[in-house]
Amino acid sequence: MTMSDKNELSQRFEIKGGDFSRAGKTSTIIKEILQELGIDSSIIVRTSIASYEAEMNVVMYAQRGVLTLSITPEKLYLKLEDEGPGIENIDLAMQEGFSTATDEMREMGFGAGMGLPNIKKNADKFEISSTPGKGTTLDIIICLDKTGKR
Amino acid sequence: MTLKEIKELLEAEVIYGNDHLDLEIKFAGGSDLMSDVLAFGKPGILLLTGLSNAQSVRTANIIDAKAIVYVRGKKPDKIGIELAREKGIPLLSTRYMMYTACGLLFSQGLPGVSKLTPKK
Repeated sequence: MTMSDKNELSQRFEIKGGDFSRAGKTSTIIKEILQELGIDSSIIVRTSIASYEAEMNVVMYAQRGVLTLSITPEKLYLKLEDEGPGIENIDLAMQEGFSTATDEMREMGFGAGMGLPNIKKNADKFEISSTPGKGTTLDIIICLDKTGKR
Repeated sequence: MTLKEIKELLEAEVIYGNDHLDLEIKFAGGSDLMSDVLAFGKPGILLLTGLSNAQSVRTANIIDAKAIVYVRGKKPDKIGIELAREKGIPLLSTRYMMYTACGLLFSQGLPGVSKLTPKK
């Protein structure tokens, strides 16, 4: 973890597309970091789920991605930028049950079309942008302040 | 219901976690789809699954599941067992199929994770 002058901890993780055997490792590490920081367990679960779903999307669909975890006293921030096919129709991808998964992905227990909606459900703020043929960016914010949205 | 009672009820083999059999389990859920487990699972859940790759243990760890029961005689791979050991997540394997394993537990009073109540 590196600490900036803004009282912000940040760590960068590289995720390789198609590497199913390692899929989920980054999120397991992120969960460990949050546990070491003594963050509230329900916030850890929400952050880990969002991170895991985002990580699986890179493994399943993209060539590579970078997941950056930043922590300030007020919030957790996950930014995921991937290089991949991008998403043609974001509204459709946000619908529960919509999926373009292959059989291999389904054999891993994923690809049910729940990923992006589930990230949104667990986030206090969620933004997605995508350029077809280039890649997708996710911005996920989870508030640490108990008086926040949740 | 303790994990030991669950082990006996399902005639299950303990793959990892003989030291954790006194764990109290309050509810359970069954799915082979980790997407669904991530969407509907709750911390403390006993996860019944037929998915035996490492994703089952990684998913269980992410949602703070208490233990995993593999159905229809499945057993997790080495990576999964290693992670379970590291995180202290007991792993059991039963020969019963999903429906029967869930039914046995439910009939003995172990509720599901779902908040759905039957329509009147």
